[in-house]
Amino acid sequence: MDLRHLVDEPTADEVTAVDRVLGPPTSGWEGGVFEDTDGRVAYGGHDLRQRRHELLPALHALQEARGWVSPGGLGYVCRRLGVPPAEAYGVATFYAMFATEERPTRVVHVCDDIVCADRGEALASRLADDGQTVVSSPCLGRCEMAPVALVQQTGGPPTAFEAAPPPTVHQDPSQLELLRRVGVVDPSSLTDYEASGGLAALRRARELGADAVLDELERSGLRGRGGAAFPIGAKWRAVRDAPGDLKHVVANGDESEPGTFKDRVLMEGDPFAVVEALAIAALVTGAARGYLYVRGEYPEAVGAIRHAVDVLAAAGHLDHVDLEVRVGAGAYICGEETALFASIEGHRGEPRQKPPFPTTNGLFDRPTAVNNIETLAAVLQVLEVGGEAFAAVGTENSTGTKLFAVSGAVARPGVYEVPFGTTLDALIDLAGGAVGGIGAVLLGGAAGVFVGPDAVDLPLSVEDAAAAGATLGSGAVVVFDAATDFGPVVRRIAAFFRDESCGQCVPCRVGTVRQEEALVRLGAGRPLGSTDTERALLADIDAVMTDASICGLGRTAASAVRSALALDLPGVAP
Amino acid sequence: MFGAGGGTSSYREIEETDLIVVWGSNAREAHPIFFHHLLKGVRNGARMFAVDPRRTSSAEWADLWLGIDVGSDIALANAVGREIIDAGLVDRTFVDRATSGFDGYAESVDEWTLERGAAVTGVPADAIRRLAHAYGEANTAQLCWTLGITEHHNATDNVLALINLALLTGHVGRWGSGLVPVRGQNNVQGGGDMGALPNKLPGFQDVADDAIRAKFEAEWDASIPAEPGRHISLMFEAMEIGAIRSLFVLGENPLQSEADAARTEKLLRGLDHLVVQDLFLTATAELADVVLPAAGWGESDGTYTSSERRVQRVRRVVEPPGEARDDITILTDLALRLGAEWPERSAEKHWDELRRLSPLHGGMSYERLDEFGGLQWPCPDEAHPGSPFLHGRLWSDDIGRPAPFHAVEWVPPVDELTDEYPTRLTTGRRLDSYNTGVQSGRYASPRRVHGGIDLAPEDGARLSVAEGDVVRVTSRRGSVRAPVRFDRALRPGLAFMAVHFPDDVDVNQLTIDAWDPRSGTAEFKATAVRIERVD
Repeated sequence: MDLRHLVDEPTADEVTAVDRVLGPPTSGWEGGVFEDTDGRVAYGGHDLRQRRHELLPALHALQEARGWVSPGGLGYVCRRLGVPPAEAYGVATFYAMFATEERPTRVVHVCDDIVCADRGEALASRLADDGQTVVSSPCLGRCEMAPVALVQQTGGPPTAFEAAPPPTVHQDPSQLELLRRVGVVDPSSLTDYEASGGLAALRRARELGADAVLDELERSGLRGRGGAAFPIGAKWRAVRDAPGDLKHVVANGDESEPGTFKDRVLMEGDPFAVVEALAIAALVTGAARGYLYVRGEYPEAVGAIRHAVDVLAAAGHLDHVDLEVRVGAGAYICGEETALFASIEGHRGEPRQKPPFPTTNGLFDRPTAVNNIETLAAVLQVLEVGGEAFAAVGTENSTGTKLFAVSGAVARPGVYEVPFGTTLDALIDLAGGAVGGIGAVLLGGAAGVFVGPDAVDLPLSVEDAAAAGATLGSGAVVVFDAATDFGPVVRRIAAFFRDESCGQCVPCRVGTVRQEEALVRLGAGRPLGSTDTERALLADIDAVMTDASICGLGRTAASAVRSALALDLPGVAP
Repeated sequence: MFGAGGGTSSYREIEETDLIVVWGSNAREAHPIFFHHLLKGVRNGARMFAVDPRRTSSAEWADLWLGIDVGSDIALANAVGREIIDAGLVDRTFVDRATSGFDGYAESVDEWTLERGAAVTGVPADAIRRLAHAYGEANTAQLCWTLGITEHHNATDNVLALINLALLTGHVGRWGSGLVPVRGQNNVQGGGDMGALPNKLPGFQDVADDAIRAKFEAEWDASIPAEPGRHISLMFEAMEIGAIRSLFVLGENPLQSEADAARTEKLLRGLDHLVVQDLFLTATAELADVVLPAAGWGESDGTYTSSERRVQRVRRVVEPPGEARDDITILTDLALRLGAEWPERSAEKHWDELRRLSPLHGGMSYERLDEFGGLQWPCPDEAHPGSPFLHGRLWSDDIGRPAPFHAVEWVPPVDELTDEYPTRLTTGRRLDSYNTGVQSGRYASPRRVHGGIDLAPEDGARLSVAEGDVVRVTSRRGSVRAPVRFDRALRPGLAFMAVHFPDDVDVNQLTIDAWDPRSGTAEFKATAVRIERVD
């Protein structure tokens, strides 16, 4: 409230696009025609403010309608939702996919992140020479097809630069659990999905009832696959037990960790499984509403998930829960669970302090079970084979199978499913082996840790990784060949964090900038003082960010740099 | 109300209540600190209704805004009351136990159907119905008002009409339910507490009561006239007939704040002797024979009383500049020169005298005010914790005198709309400025909108004027030129002027000095004007 509306008027196209998302305005106060009754009554207040969560979809509508979020369009959305323009502008500028200044109707976002790297830069300059408008982008999550780009064109949602092939799996489907349908079963056909065992888990869950499902999940030892490895049974039980009549389930499909693309493959290749699992989550936790938040750079996944929700709902499988698909708009931080809540709620994607935890104070401040896409897929498996059988695979503390997105200097980059405990070198062999020797492997993406060539016998389990000072993180495995100059790699990682820091807390906002500056000075051979004083400064920044940042982004922003310095990878601190 | 000179509730209550009705108040701008408390209530889930001719920045926060015609408040209140009765939402137990005069009231509002209410107020019947049902059904509700209710010729009836609604529904005398006339200054309530009212001695004690007077006379060793003094409107009438020849003005700028400024100036200039005591050389002070420079809030010791009846200490932290002195020193010296032997006393000594004389304040020693961060009256003795809300007695076993309903008749504003004067002009305040600008005008503000007239965009189009064009605004009393601003908060036929810039556009050349005989307040809110293009 206290609205100071912009004077710019929306175009007819913008009004149409916004009204398609929000419905037509109900009064002159909302931006419709000012009628006599508007001089006598105005509704608003809580009912209007409760629509704040529609801001992000409305901004998408503006961006797609005109190729940018114009002041007139933004002003119209603000009238419709009762949001101050300054605040809506703050939200619009938070996301990389929204332009707040006019630009060409076609813009190509070319990935120049750690996997695409030089190849991406070459693609970008080729396109620029061709007269295209090019914007450099962090990882687009298609590392197996590097170099890659995404096209934003006025009139519709973004598309892949080259028609992307449906996801393929290089392993024998009969040996797989999570990936068994990917590339085999038509992801748009519910009939085919059911014929391949789909919906058995939801039926089983209904038979068992919530308590028995929770028992199975606890027996299975299943932990979250998003990086934090929190036991899923305990999380769902906490939500079920939390007081409150309205609860939420959320599927976190905002996969943005550089080098990670496993969730994209699941969402594109087996979307019904993701939705079925979220429906089970709702059943077990007692949630009446659910959201599937899919990364904005994944247009095929958005389409596949939307289709799956519509089909399952029409077939009557979602009568117990109201599911809605929300699309991100280019912000790494929104993969952080509380930032994701803020994003859905229509605010800047800034993380919240924990505690309180999402299990009691999550989305819209309600008890919320938020889960990674792969975790949800694994839930189906637990219900299909039983908790005990699930726990028999993998290691003692890391049960079941795990997806790894293997990219970089390997013969067959792609997503691979292996039991926990499989060694890193065995995984690389599965991907056709390293090409050009191994300089280092980045495990867990930009927020992960470099593993040196002499440590690739590391068993891939949560506990073994922790014991080795590493992390599995999101399941990204980026292989760098023996000739790699790691200077540009760590600087790209540092630049990534500097760019993606939400700026809310000082350690991260300032620390990510200082970290990058020190790395640039080191790379240029112009340290402040000596290389040792720069290393000491980096260690100091590392300690402050790791200890004092609000969320995981800041706490892991120095992780890869720290490991690169410890391994003395070539080119980092020459 | 019900014999007490203050709002019934604590600020905390509006943070915790279920329903907030803001009636005739743009508190967002005119009472911003109070509105912060109100917004906490909204954030805690309270529903909010706003009744105001304009859709103000306060009304923007409301779940429902009712855009009534200026001066139709009683019609709306009576229609709400009738609907509450009709829908069976009356708190019968409370009405039977703690009130009197219900039957007469019910009869008086019987003609105020939703349809008649809609016809008189301009607000659709459904919106009136919603307000009635929300107020009638809420567990707790705060009914707040300010000058939109009281700056009318029938101000007291307006207030009584609102009180009737609280009595119908039992929304008074309980935590969370109350009647809140928000005060415009940090210490308007304190002025009333100290007896700056024509018919009251300090502590709201009746000057006509012999026993009360005897108590004060004994303490003061002086005799006190038994008849009430004059309120400000009567003072000007007295000046008109020569019954008042000298005037002592403290911290007020009547030349610019009173309705019908031309008349005010003539009367002030016609006085034998005018003394002004103020922080600043106001326009009124410029006319004075003697100006006594006074000290500001950081330069004086004493107390303030807030809208929630909380008495708080203020302290001198710097000496007053130049020849300025604090009010106590000035008044004590003046008394001395007039031949009275007033002892030189500290603010605390004066306060302790008040505590001896005013039962409301008896328990409020400076020590306790410090200890509790202020205390809310009534606080009769030093064991008393103060009173967060008033009239809890209405819910107790010992009700005392029941709270009376008052049947009130709607009477339209005095300044009638005619073909010659077809536009309703109302006045009010903006966030960055205060009253005639004596205190706020000397500071720059990025939000300041200087003097002018706000019109509905449709009226601008009808007059073929653009924003910034100057129009002539004429009432039955005077005429001013004013630049135009368009404001969507106004509907066609309704114009608005802020009171802050009398030197630019003197709005009180236009306003009418029709005033309420019981409160003495003039009808600043309803002027009939004609607006013309100046070519």
